[in-house]
Amino acid sequence: MVTLFGIPTQALFGQLLLGLINGSFYALLSLGLAVIFGMLNVINFAHGALYMVGAFAAWLLMQHFGIGYWPALLLAPLLVGLFGVVLEKTMLSRLYKLDHLYGLLLTFGVALILEGAFRHWYGASGQPYPIPDALRGGQNLGFMFLPNYRGWVIVASLITCLGTWYAIERTRLGAYLRAATENPTLVQAFGINVPVMVTLTYGFGVALAGLAGVLAAPIYQVNPLMGSNLIVVVFAVVVIGGMGSILGAIVTGLGLGLLEGLAKVVYPEASNIVVFVVMAIVLLIKPAGLFGRER
Amino acid sequence: MPDTPMLEIADLHAFYGESHILHGVGLEVRQGEVVTLLGRNGAGKTTTMRAVMGIVSKRTGSIRFRGTELVGMAQHRVARLGIGYVPEERGIFSSLSVDENLTLPPVVKPGGMTVAQIHELFPNLVGRGSTQGTRLSGGEQQMLAVARILRTGADLILLDEPTEGLAPVIIEQIGRAIHALKRRGFTILMVEQNFRFAATIADRHYVMEEGHVVDMIPNDQLAANSEKLHTYLGV
Ligand SMILES: Nc1ncnc2c1ncn2[C@@H]1O[C@H](COP(=O)(O)OP(=O)(O)OP(=O)(O)O)[C@@H](O)[C@H]1O
Ligand SMILES: [Mg+2]
Repeated sequence: MVTLFGIPTQALFGQLLLGLINGSFYALLSLGLAVIFGMLNVINFAHGALYMVGAFAAWLLMQHFGIGYWPALLLAPLLVGLFGVVLEKTMLSRLYKLDHLYGLLLTFGVALILEGAFRHWYGASGQPYPIPDALRGGQNLGFMFLPNYRGWVIVASLITCLGTWYAIERTRLGAYLRAATENPTLVQAFGINVPVMVTLTYGFGVALAGLAGVLAAPIYQVNPLMGSNLIVVVFAVVVIGGMGSILGAIVTGLGLGLLEGLAKVVYPEASNIVVFVVMAIVLLIKPAGLFGRER
Repeated sequence: MPDTPMLEIADLHAFYGESHILHGVGLEVRQGEVVTLLGRNGAGKTTTMRAVMGIVSKRTGSIRFRGTELVGMAQHRVARLGIGYVPEERGIFSSLSVDENLTLPPVVKPGGMTVAQIHELFPNLVGRGSTQGTRLSGGEQQMLAVARILRTGADLILLDEPTEGLAPVIIEQIGRAIHALKRRGFTILMVEQNFRFAATIADRHYVMEEGHVVDMIPNDQLAANSEKLHTYLGV
């Protein structure tokens, strides 16, 4: 058996791959949280629930309308985004003048309602979602076997993350967004409709969660609590990366996924807590997060 | 209609929460004029500008721009009419490069200056495009804050203390730029504490005290009124 530092390479790469896939979801979800926090100053506790809603939307589209994976990849995030727009317009936007805690409480309540409702309708057990035909099977890479769908998840998440980063850091629309994050009043005085921008930002941020949900459906099954299990780790990722940093969210998400995978091989007992240990260390050394700026 | 003022403020009251700051401000600015607002600290000069832009939204009375009423108008629509605002604190964005800061305000009308013309007016900004906005010196940030408005086609510019805290050489440079803007036909309402500087540029001066306009002095009568002005400004 081939080994590396005394660890069978098959097992090592297998776990690293799993870690990378988890990391892809961490990155997508914490990216959405970072985008929302940057613009709205709201910690979106509904994020995990909306990830679950994205997965359910894909499943329901297939069950009731026979709409398959590829259209759902676009439709489900759109639906979740739309839900976000309505939520922001009708409720969240009323809370900006109050303490930030109110936004957090509202989104927390929304998460509970969504999870409760889906649990009521569909039960707590998972619904299977098939892997699309084009992505069945896998590749033998020599040192390991890579299922096609998992490879696709990593690629799709990386493209989405980098695309979002580019749009925010390198385009004109992104410049509006960054400027409005710093000084919304002045941006508004330049003639830009900031409230609409805020609404769309929230819609986009939660649409990312919806997209992650669709990507996750064939891997983890569709289950009302899939979001709440994941979101705890994602919040730790956000704390480690630094609130509001786009690049930080992406890099930290992927990095911590890998670290978890590594822990599973080296010291499996620690794999569930390694993220939180890192969080504690980061909080001690650099409270604003690895990529965060002190405010 | 050369007879309607470009900006006409009448009986303007403005509030920050419960505090009543402006008590019936009235003034007008005509096309092509440079008009200053003078007054001591806390007189309400900045508040007047912020009320025009809709940043202070709790206001009553009338603010007309080319006959259009601004009181009650959605905040982001004010700039779209052709009003450019250069805030007292300059408002350069630290997460944007100098170029991004320069091109941030959307073009609202044709006829704005090109980036090349702006660079001619403010040579200090040439070659600094990729620098982080807030890495510029105070004077350069002030130039950038003015420069970014010139692109938009706005023809009324509100300048809040463009010389505050700057070295004499920089003040001179800003003064030359404002003269150039006046020659280009921009209409300017400017808050200025330094009335010696104001006298070199302005056509008329309004004096504010405790939320009122208490006097209007044409620039050519400034010398004759210097004693009165000293009392107003406490200098
Ligand atoms: N955000 C605010 N909330 C409450 N009161 C304010 C606020 N901003 C200004 N004020 C008050 O409004 C009054 C007018 O302030 P304003 O900034 O308009 O004065 P100013 O004439 O521009 O003075 P300065 O020359 O110091 O810039 C002052 O008494 C000030 O304390
Ligand atoms: Mg002021």
